[in-house]
Amino acid sequence: MIEPSGDRRVPISPGLAVRVAVLGVVGFALFAVIFFRLWYLQVLSGDQYLKQAQTNQVRRERIEAPRGSIVDRNGNVLVDNRLSNVVKLDPAKLPPSEKTVVAEYGQQVIARSKRPKGKKGNPIAIPPVPADLRVRFARLANVLGMSTRTIQDRVVRSLYLASFSPATIRVGVADAVRDYVEERNDQFPGVNVDRVYLRRYPNGSLAAQLVGSVSEISDQQLKLKAYRGITSGTRIGQSGLESEYDRYLRGRDGIQRLIVDAQGNLKGKGSTRRPVTGRTVKLSLDLGLQRSAQSAYQKIAGSQPGAFVAMDPRTGEILAMGSFPSFDPSVLSKPISQKRYEQMFGAQAGSPLFNRATGVYPTGSTFKPITALASLQAGVTSPSRIVDDHACIDVGTAGQKACNAKNTSFGPIDLVQALKVSSDVYFYTMGLEAGTRPGQIIQTTARKLGLGRYTGIDLPGGAKGVVPDRAWRTRINEQEISCRKKKGGLSLAEGVAAANAAASKGCGASDLRPWTLGDNVNTAVGQGDLQASPLQMADAYAAIANGGKVPRPHLGTEVEDDQGRQLQRLQRPAARQVKVDPAYRQVILDGLHAAASAKGGTSADVFTGWPQSRLPIFGKTGTAEKGLGRADQSWYVAYAYDGSPDRKPIVVAVTAERGGFGAATAAPIACRIFSKWFSQKASCTPGRNTTF
Amino acid sequence: MNTVPITDAQDRPATAARRRSLALALPFDPVLAVAVIGLCVCSLLTIRGATVDDVPGQPSFFVNRQAVYFVIGALIAIGLSRIDYSRLRELKYGIYGFLIASIIAVSMLGSVARGSRRAIQLPFFSFQASELGKVLLIVALAAFLVDRVRRLHDRDTTARTLLVALVPAALVMLQPDLGSSLVFIAIVLAVLFTAGTPMRHFAALAALGAVAITLALVALPAAGVSVLHGYQKDRLTAFLNPTNTSNKEGYQQNQSRIAIGSGEKTGRGDRATQTKYDFLPEHHTDFVFAVVGERWGFAGAALVLSLYALLIWRGLRILTIAKNLFGALIAAGVVAMLLFQVFVNVGMTVGIMPITGIPLPLMSYGGSSVITTFLAVGLLQSIYAQGRASSATKGRVLGF
Repeated sequence: MIEPSGDRRVPISPGLAVRVAVLGVVGFALFAVIFFRLWYLQVLSGDQYLKQAQTNQVRRERIEAPRGSIVDRNGNVLVDNRLSNVVKLDPAKLPPSEKTVVAEYGQQVIARSKRPKGKKGNPIAIPPVPADLRVRFARLANVLGMSTRTIQDRVVRSLYLASFSPATIRVGVADAVRDYVEERNDQFPGVNVDRVYLRRYPNGSLAAQLVGSVSEISDQQLKLKAYRGITSGTRIGQSGLESEYDRYLRGRDGIQRLIVDAQGNLKGKGSTRRPVTGRTVKLSLDLGLQRSAQSAYQKIAGSQPGAFVAMDPRTGEILAMGSFPSFDPSVLSKPISQKRYEQMFGAQAGSPLFNRATGVYPTGSTFKPITALASLQAGVTSPSRIVDDHACIDVGTAGQKACNAKNTSFGPIDLVQALKVSSDVYFYTMGLEAGTRPGQIIQTTARKLGLGRYTGIDLPGGAKGVVPDRAWRTRINEQEISCRKKKGGLSLAEGVAAANAAASKGCGASDLRPWTLGDNVNTAVGQGDLQASPLQMADAYAAIANGGKVPRPHLGTEVEDDQGRQLQRLQRPAARQVKVDPAYRQVILDGLHAAASAKGGTSADVFTGWPQSRLPIFGKTGTAEKGLGRADQSWYVAYAYDGSPDRKPIVVAVTAERGGFGAATAAPIACRIFSKWFSQKASCTPGRNTTF
Repeated sequence: MNTVPITDAQDRPATAARRRSLALALPFDPVLAVAVIGLCVCSLLTIRGATVDDVPGQPSFFVNRQAVYFVIGALIAIGLSRIDYSRLRELKYGIYGFLIASIIAVSMLGSVARGSRRAIQLPFFSFQASELGKVLLIVALAAFLVDRVRRLHDRDTTARTLLVALVPAALVMLQPDLGSSLVFIAIVLAVLFTAGTPMRHFAALAALGAVAITLALVALPAAGVSVLHGYQKDRLTAFLNPTNTSNKEGYQQNQSRIAIGSGEKTGRGDRATQTKYDFLPEHHTDFVFAVVGERWGFAGAALVLSLYALLIWRGLRILTIAKNLFGALIAAGVVAMLLFQVFVNVGMTVGIMPITGIPLPLMSYGGSSVITTFLAVGLLQSIYAQGRASSATKGRVLGF
């Protein structure tokens, strides 16, 4: 039998009843709390949580919008896109060791960049692959047919520039490789093969410096106001027209919404916002002319550095613009090693990325029409004034002489003849006389015609150039003195060696000589400190030809959609107007025409057989001296039209850095450009004229 | 109070054979049974929906297992309800000894899951000693207190009873299983309260508890001794900063809140993406209530909560009709165990309680928890049957 329990059963005691009631109340209260909480969560704020749940499972993936094309004035493609398989590595899937390595590399690079020029030391070596990545990189290297070091190089440098966007490892892999990697995703953690639009350059090196390059936005750029709204990983124009017209060309990326689970595994596809292709930018460039001009330059000037510009003087539309040495821009759309980059684009290779058409040089005698205009308008000379050219004139009080090239003597000549034969003595005289008068006669006119200031062309970069005067020389002398003081207190008295030493420390902008009349004399013939770009010279000649309207050079004309329909004309500020007396304009044009056509003209023998009556050429040669032992720089700037000034007018400026006399190299190139532009056969043989 | 006459017991002399058949005819609480069956059905439906994709090729993997646990649990409960629970008093040392031994055995031999050693892997399921320990502790505590029923007002009794509970609670906490040790403490407090421990003892306990918590959370960590594990601290801080979802704990609780909230009034049914795409962690065990909330909305959650309310209410009702103090204390312990677990678990899923790893009785998938809850339900049914029979036969003891 079972023992009865310790207590006899008694009716529930009042004490127990109270305590049970308390337990019941506690339980009720707890349930009430939960009920209210549930009511709040599910009924009162349910819609808000539903929204959260719906966004929870959605991952937004960017669909890259193809960039717009760049086409020439006839719709010929200069740049468009091609699809390519690009192997990328997601930095989120890399071990911390790699991030440490990148951080250390970045610190070293920054430290090196802060050291002064010349003392930077060796470039920072790419650190070795961390041990825990070696197998992964080796496997990938094997599949992609590249070395582990190259992979590490690309990963480290990409992460240093843009730490969160995937590092591009290889561009243009075969579809078979893509399939292999994608099917074995677990063996290649973080490796994705994207179909990416790469820039395609069907015309190779044609107008390479104008087009510019495209690459992923860097961390620094992301912080800039100008790039607000652009997400990391977007490819943007980094130079040239790609950068200038980036906002039209870029297009709008699409979004693919993907349904994913908590581990990020794909469960399905959501809605899509289609990418919008970038706009097409239409240029004023004429690719046919561009091609002829480039091949003419290469044929005549060979591999020497130089540039040419062809422009419509009425509007400032650039018809052709080239710079040498040139390059194939498609090289830059793939990752490139630092070493190879140096080899292809460094100073040793002639800095092919630099657009020499907007770079500045001494102009030589091509400056003379500007001096002529200035002297005429200031009354320093008149069209009928005769200057007796005895090969040299005295300049200053110390008995220095300024002479014509090879000391040729031209005898008594007027302005038209002076331009025709490019008499230095005539223009030295102008420089001398203008320099003794108040007001900077030559300099003011040169500035009005666009020298020493930005042309306003729609290309990033470009230089202002120098129109030297007393104030300018005083300013650079002050800069030089303060620079030398900072670098070690050297003065000119301590000798040339000391000055050279100071110059190597970043000074050397001036030899501290004061402004003299001789400087003005040199400026009058485009020598000395005067510096202008081929584009500025073309613009100045256009202004003279226009009778005072200084056109604003530009390349972009229209924005079109991807079907070629015009959306917008690119507006630019009105051209500047400069006072040019029509009579003086005519005198200068007569002189330039005589130089290109009359017997004894500086470039006349280049245009032998040219129909000057129908297609008059108004051209001036130039030969810029660059100092002892260095070849002279050849220049030619010319204006021409077909029958009347409003039919196919064109201004051409050509320069070749080691081309010698203007008639020897630059003028024949210009001749070929005219020949192509007017479809006129011409021999364009290098001239024998050896004047400046 | 009694409305159901038991004719057999009243009218005929009780022979051994008759007693046996009478035992089978013992009454049981149908409302309690309905609540339990309702919860089991809800559990199976919920787990079915939540785990369809969890084991590839076996959409019913978890449901089938849970159903088997329910059947085993139900059989155990039926068997237990036919026994006079009073006999368990004699076994109190054995029960307590088994409780301590099993917890130690699990701590030493058990397999490590998610950083703690809570279960021994048996051929069919993993045995979680701390779960079974909850019911064992209830019985042991009740028996211990009944022995000292005349000295309930002594400080000594309260202290010893507490010690009886704190030893397993501390052992479980070392596993570490903070949740179960809190359940143990809730049980002992409820049992003490029901037994009639004076309120001043509780006041003193409250003060002691406050000091202990301050020590554990503030003073000792400052002195370099850490009482709570890192993840336990994370859970607490995640609970205190619900907007910070950067750590795992905050993320889980946030996902659970989103799941429940997104269910709105009537639920998202098969479009319950929080569960389907694994945003909701532990969706068939600790966070099963969030699945209910997402899938069936406020309506479903309220139904499940009502079933629990029914269960608790019947527990309290059975407490009052127990034939002896032993039964009343067991009922109190069971009610406290269920109430505490339901509140803490549901509170955790709706974001008003920290994450403690306490399962939702009957709803959460897991053999140990299911069978423990059925043991508790069996005890309640036994107390009910014995109470009914005893009052019907005017104090005569029925059953085996």
